[in-house]
Amino acid sequence: MADKPIQGEKRMFVTGNEAVAYAALAANVDIMYGYPITPQNEIMHYFTRLAPKFDKPFLQTEDEISAGFTTVGGVMSGKRSFTATAGPGNTLMQESMSMAEMMRIPTVVVIMQRGGPSTATVIYSQQEVTMTCYGANGEGIRVVYSTCNHQELYDYTIKSFNTAWKYRIPTFVLGDGYQAKMRESLTMYDPEARGIKMVDTYPLVGLPGSPGVDRDPAHLRNTYNTEEELYEVVSNLVKDYEAVAPEIVESESFDCDDAEVVVLAHGVVSRAAVEAVRELRKAGIKAGHFRPITLRPFPDKELKAVANQAKKLLVVESAQGQFAKLVHHSLYGDSTPMEYIFKPGLGITSDEIINKVKAML
Amino acid sequence: MTVTSVMEPKMPKCWRQETKPHKFCPGCGHGDVLKALGTAIDELGIQDRVVFGCDIGCSLLSWDFFNFDSIQTHHGRTTPVITGVKRARPELICIAYMGDGGGYAIGSQHLVNAASRNERIFVLLANNAQYGMTGGQMAPTTLPGMKTETSPYGRDVEWTGNPTLGPEMVAAITPDSAYVARGTMSNLRQLTQMMKKALQNQIDGNGFSFVEALASCPTNWRTNAAKTWEFVEKEMPQYFKVGELKVPAKKEG
Repeated sequence: MADKPIQGEKRMFVTGNEAVAYAALAANVDIMYGYPITPQNEIMHYFTRLAPKFDKPFLQTEDEISAGFTTVGGVMSGKRSFTATAGPGNTLMQESMSMAEMMRIPTVVVIMQRGGPSTATVIYSQQEVTMTCYGANGEGIRVVYSTCNHQELYDYTIKSFNTAWKYRIPTFVLGDGYQAKMRESLTMYDPEARGIKMVDTYPLVGLPGSPGVDRDPAHLRNTYNTEEELYEVVSNLVKDYEAVAPEIVESESFDCDDAEVVVLAHGVVSRAAVEAVRELRKAGIKAGHFRPITLRPFPDKELKAVANQAKKLLVVESAQGQFAKLVHHSLYGDSTPMEYIFKPGLGITSDEIINKVKAML
Repeated sequence: MTVTSVMEPKMPKCWRQETKPHKFCPGCGHGDVLKALGTAIDELGIQDRVVFGCDIGCSLLSWDFFNFDSIQTHHGRTTPVITGVKRARPELICIAYMGDGGGYAIGSQHLVNAASRNERIFVLLANNAQYGMTGGQMAPTTLPGMKTETSPYGRDVEWTGNPTLGPEMVAAITPDSAYVARGTMSNLRQLTQMMKKALQNQIDGNGFSFVEALASCPTNWRTNAAKTWEFVEKEMPQYFKVGELKVPAKKEG
């Protein structure tokens, strides 16, 4: 048996999918469940090549409904478990994730967004924002990290296990097909070597002892009899979530302090935004960029502060306003003028953003 | 001399007395099926290792039925949840409990694939020929001509197909190491033995185990005691043959 997937630190040039597989193993994941769908397939490909060396099993299920629910079972048994999916697979996994929300099951799901609606493209989009944040019949009791590069895919895959298990909230890493498939450099590391302690996992069922003899059995339910009973359960879920949200929320801002136009973007699109802001600054134009890293919980306070200072806001995304809806909700009552670049399923270049910002001045 | 006027009902040891009387309707078959399961678990002495998953449908009412760790899952999704537990913790004895709607309709892909993969879990399915919890609609197992809320003039097999033969299907797609049987609440001794064999098959790490239990639903059948029993004992077995369909060969030595 090999010792650790990554010893110390290692510079690598890999695809995003490969980075996720390595990160899961570096995070000492116990088991992966999955079903093939492009563009996340290589997460499973690399996992199934690497994992047996560390005695970690993989189960290929019959569909994403099953991949989601087997992940739920693995987590409930006390094992650090995850799955990965995209597009229509993400749709099918919403059912199991609503169970995870209701029962506080610390699942980890990596999403590589593809085009939608329907089968659409296998390539790229940012159209799974609403679904990943608020899918299924629930209140969005989830943590969603939107990554922008391979280093973050690695960092946040590791972090997602700790967030999930520390707070007992289902956690998502939201990437996309571009991040999944392209190659770039990153530093992989053993979390321990960087002082990152993996949060201990523990069973929710299959507990030690004799149920009914020396302990009560774990009786875990998600069905309730009355409106009042459910209201209390959901109110507590929301209260708990809101209490820990400030600890979880993450964002980045860049040149926002004196900006006349602040570009709002998340995920891989924020790379075009950063590039655009650099170019605009070189040309003497005061532009800035704000990027939520967590889409759930959303960095309301941080965005409000940026919006208060900016003269104008530009929302840029590879979807028809899914991210903008989160922004609108967050900035309710703020009157800073806002413009948009919506390109569902299409990549966005820095030039497009530069031209739009110039037109807004 | 004192006379005990109230007889204590004899319950399996692994039943949770605090949650009795149970939540099922009077005359419901679930109680008897779960009595057979409890007896089998008692006799095998595996209560400490059991993880029990129940489906949605009337089976959901069993979430606090036993003194073992239990998960109430979603309609049709108990098989994958329990599969996930077993794959992560093979030392546990994992049981998925569901009705005919959960197993043969909405969760049929999970049953088929768990059986095909020969998952080391025990799927126990109560067949009462209709959807009980939602008020008596037609199920995959509704008998030809049988009246339900969604087949008010009787099930037309030309239009809706024939009742699903679950154990026959599972037996056809599992390897020799699987255990597959159909029992009935009208023969609890036999049903208990079937469940013991099913559980033993998992304990031995052989393969998939599946037992369908014919069960009553007087509430939705709208039958009195005599008619209920007649339907379970006489009519259902004409279509759903009771007996073992697959018994793993004894290991040599």
